Amino acid sequence: MRIVLIKRAEHSRLMTGLSPVIAVALTMLSAALLFAIAGHDAGLALYKFFIEPMTDLWSLQELLVKAVPLVLIACGLSICYLSNNWNIGAEGQFVMGALAGSVLPVLFPAFDNGLTLPLMLLFGAAGGALYALVPAVLKIRFNTNEILVSLMLVYVANLTLDYLVRGPWRDPAGFNFPETALFSASAMLPTIGDGRLSVSLYAAIAVAILLSLLLARTLKGFEIRVLGESPRAGSFAGFSQKRMTVFAFMVSGGLAGLAGIMEVAGSLGQLQPTISPGYGFTAIIVAFLGRLNPLAIVVAGFVLALSYIGGESVQASMGISDKIASVVQGMLLFFVLACDTLILYRIKLQFGQTAKGGHAHV
Amino acid sequence: MFEAILLTVITAATPLLLAAIGELVVERSGVLNLGVEGMMIMGAVTGFAVANLTGSGTLGILGAIGAGMALSALFGFLVLVLVTNQVATGLALTLLGLGLSGLIGEAFIGVPGLKLEKLDLPFLSDLPFVGPVIFGQDPIVYMSVAIVIAVAYALARTRAGLVLRAVGDNHASAHALGLSVLKVRFLAVLFGGGCAGLAGGYMSLAYTPQWVENMTAGRGWIALALVVFASWLPWRVVIGAYLFGAVTVLTFHAQAVGAGVPSQLLSSLPYLATIVVLVLISSNRRLTLVNTPACLGKPFVPDR
Amino acid sequence: MDSSTAAAEEGTNNAPPGGGGRRAGAEILLAARGITKRFGSIAANADVDLVINKGEIHALLGENGAGKSTLVKILYGALQPDAGSVEWQGKPVRVASPAAARSLGIGMVFQHFSLFEALSVSENIALALEKPGTMRSLGERIRAVSREYGLPLDPDALVADLPVGIRQRIEIVRCLLQAPRLIIMDEPTSVLTPQEADELFLTLKRLASEGCAVLYISHRLEEVQRICHHATILRHGKVVAECDPTLETPGSLARMMVGAEIANVAAASRPNETSPVRLSARSLSLAPATPFAVPLTGVTVEVKAGEVVAIAGVAGNGQGELFDALTGERRTAAGMVTIDGTPCGQEGITRRRQRGAAFVPEERLGHGAVPGFRLSSNILLTRHATDDGLVKGGFVAFGRIGEMEKRIKQVYDVRMSHDDPEARSLSGGNLQKFVVGREMSRNPGVLIVNQPTWGVDAGAAALIRQALVDLSRKGSAVLVISQDLDEIYEIADRIAVISRGHLSPAEPAAAMTRERIGLLMAGGAEAGTAAPAPVTAAAGGA
Repeated sequence: MRIVLIKRAEHSRLMTGLSPVIAVALTMLSAALLFAIAGHDAGLALYKFFIEPMTDLWSLQELLVKAVPLVLIACGLSICYLSNNWNIGAEGQFVMGALAGSVLPVLFPAFDNGLTLPLMLLFGAAGGALYALVPAVLKIRFNTNEILVSLMLVYVANLTLDYLVRGPWRDPAGFNFPETALFSASAMLPTIGDGRLSVSLYAAIAVAILLSLLLARTLKGFEIRVLGESPRAGSFAGFSQKRMTVFAFMVSGGLAGLAGIMEVAGSLGQLQPTISPGYGFTAIIVAFLGRLNPLAIVVAGFVLALSYIGGESVQASMGISDKIASVVQGMLLFFVLACDTLILYRIKLQFGQTAKGGHAHV
Repeated sequence: MFEAILLTVITAATPLLLAAIGELVVERSGVLNLGVEGMMIMGAVTGFAVANLTGSGTLGILGAIGAGMALSALFGFLVLVLVTNQVATGLALTLLGLGLSGLIGEAFIGVPGLKLEKLDLPFLSDLPFVGPVIFGQDPIVYMSVAIVIAVAYALARTRAGLVLRAVGDNHASAHALGLSVLKVRFLAVLFGGGCAGLAGGYMSLAYTPQWVENMTAGRGWIALALVVFASWLPWRVVIGAYLFGAVTVLTFHAQAVGAGVPSQLLSSLPYLATIVVLVLISSNRRLTLVNTPACLGKPFVPDR
Repeated sequence: MDSSTAAAEEGTNNAPPGGGGRRAGAEILLAARGITKRFGSIAANADVDLVINKGEIHALLGENGAGKSTLVKILYGALQPDAGSVEWQGKPVRVASPAAARSLGIGMVFQHFSLFEALSVSENIALALEKPGTMRSLGERIRAVSREYGLPLDPDALVADLPVGIRQRIEIVRCLLQAPRLIIMDEPTSVLTPQEADELFLTLKRLASEGCAVLYISHRLEEVQRICHHATILRHGKVVAECDPTLETPGSLARMMVGAEIANVAAASRPNETSPVRLSARSLSLAPATPFAVPLTGVTVEVKAGEVVAIAGVAGNGQGELFDALTGERRTAAGMVTIDGTPCGQEGITRRRQRGAAFVPEERLGHGAVPGFRLSSNILLTRHATDDGLVKGGFVAFGRIGEMEKRIKQVYDVRMSHDDPEARSLSGGNLQKFVVGREMSRNPGVLIVNQPTWGVDAGAAALIRQALVDLSRKGSAVLVISQDLDEIYEIADRIAVISRGHLSPAEPAAAMTRERIGLLMAGGAEAGTAAPAPVTAAAGGA
């Protein structure tokens, strides 16, 4: 048997909508298989992983807390990937945003007024954007591979954070714990309700709406998609690939940085040696599951947040390692990519004799 | 002292060398597999687990190679048969590998490891200086050198190497001549997976004989950069790998000496060095454009 | 020296096929019967019969999209037919792969070549041989065979460094080393100067006299008449006629191919000598962008209002680079390019469009249009900054684009299965009509077109050529870069020739014979001082 791809004349609209759904279904099926192999009740585990986190208010709120950074980062990444710029260092930009945004509350705790928070957000976005500018500039100036550079900078950012919270930024009154001092109230985002969910939720939704408008309705959005789909046609249209690289990296870095500072000023309240459970990488999966469409990314962000909470849920109730979460996330991306093939191709299975003979049968 | 440093440089360079030479073959066939890190870490955990459960280092090594190949087969299926985006699929492979290795490795955290025995060549290993450095290494070090020589020879002198280069240079022409583009590429991807798995196995069985989560720490990515650094030529991979091995060891020694430099800065040196090297090599357009396999990363769907 | 003598020498008595009298008594080499191949809903070949005799130069004629390439790929084992059978020297065979075809004795010279630029000549040839032996012995064989057939080759040269004409030699020598019984050649002269083509014909005749058959695919009817013994004509995937081309006229062959008369381009008036220059390149030089690209050296040409100037040349002599420099995709010194008297070498493509220039690149998919975008979006590609009101305050006016798409579709006869499809779903001819129409509908003052009818069916080609001439007669300057001499003679008022990045002075078309163009193509343009040819009337062909 072999698999033959038959190219469709045009993109399948049906499959464009359906492929992420199929991918999620296949992921759940594989997860069930994994649970069963590990000797657990697959049905129960699936329920605990995918359904239970949505049944009570507390975990729903936790879902949103996790979904917000994912959506913010993934929205930015969608601009990058649509324009064929491979920023995979959002994790580093997230951390750098958090660091830049924390300069005020950590180093200038006396500057404590109504301007603190807006300035922190601004610094956070700027920090992420500038950090993302490094791979962008090296790419357009020296033709350097942006994938590798942006990824290397993740390690550098994490080490920088580690250095700061263990060294100069450590809370002097913190019993030698590697943490900064807790932020003051005016350096914290207002919360929605009384839990950990902050108004960053509104920011994520607003960003998604704005970017989807940008992509669907404006010339800039057209430019992004043209340069991604066909760089040569983009240059024929008079669009500059280099400027687009800078634009896409700055937008995605800025949003990742914003997500970073919002995480710190929202749910954490201080800097710690680790401030992200891999949001920057998981957001890559979110972006692809949302088919690089900002509105769909909101839904996708929720699905991936579910995998984090689901992992904790099966660990707490069934003793399954919460490492299962990252396995599920990895599988999901595989299935998403595989199912996207259906958008451009029809898949035909060929059985029986094939033309693999190699020699003429005289 | 110098002898000891040289020994550690060799140990630090070997995983990079193995992963990079494998990826070089993959890229020469026209495929970009960014999943080296994922295949390496899976090799590391599988190698450790198998060696630990069976008590055999050899079986551990075979397990590591098998794990890398299994993951690369998955990648090959998606990229070659379903024509998915190579960059995204490579990332998926890394994410999946990191996740799976964490899950599998949970049972082995803190378990004492099994260290591969060094080959002890009678007489030769006892030679002063030359003995321990050249003749007192573990078998994987020799394997890595043998693999590089074999790859260099195959690429330059054999028909298989010629076919591989042809497929990477122009898949449409190769297909028109009746070469099986997908088969060649799939084999190359498997080879790359085996090498990355072996590199991971070396990490957990020889370099630091234990399992630590994320223990490859970006070496898979550095190996990818080394292929660019080497401008797709095998012997340059050797230079690059040993250079990076030296940088790693130097930072390690500098940390031991201390001297007021934050350890985090020293730890980030290999990553910063990678960026610097990429800039230096990539800005030489003539070198990169001439040597880059023309079909690198481009999808191929045969018409039938 | 024709097929019947060759066959008689071999003294065989196979039953003749249904063809012309000259073929009676010849021995059948290959007989394909009932070949059918479908791609999706389209039948590329429908019940095709093809019979080739030993030592025969057999023409396979047909328009773009008639199914020639599909049939040839099936014979060469690169495609498998859905139905039909192939007999080789009287025995049924299944050509399962190109390697199988080669072991039968079928060789192929591809139109766009099947060469590897990063490999040497010997390596390229070794890849197609079952047992190439050592590189050294292969090199010796290559030298010997290539010299014997008058196609000298250096086995150690890197293909990337070789011009197109030499590259074709590699393909031919590759076939010859396999002692072929049949060589398939796909549009071999499209990459050659007329003189190089003459040399190729000598080689082909020699091969035929040695008993090797040639399947010769072309749409150049004069060539076919000159060298082919028999012709099979395909239209819409079916065999519509077989004939002896020497007994036909180019006109009758064209009718068989197209199935209808194709209108000749009508040029209303000759351009006025004193019209203002609207487009000019002056001493335009450009360093190569990549190691394998062609540098431009001192290119100078002027196009006046009301005239069509054509740039002839063999592929890969700097046409793409010149197009990029004229459009502004690559910048030059300001004075090197002027539009309506304004130096604009430093300006980008958008600014030049705003000055009234329009451009049609060679590559439709991926340069002139985004394959996966709908036609309406593709209008925006070149019209977003021209004064059409398609973008307001950064937002796209989708309604207006839609209207414009409908208008272009109607005026330029772009046929599509449903409204506003993706560009890649259109046939070559229809997409080219759209791309040309998109630029024409602006009434540009300057139009630069690279290969206006490459890979386009005859009907669409005629429509496009007429539109180009009509635009110029309304006062625009039209510059056409083309490899098709017939097309150039049909529409050009003046002709220049590009060769390795040098451009010869543009001279009146009537003064340019094919022979002279050929000499310029072969390097005469570089001297820049080639003496003007004596004026001869009606130099043009069909």
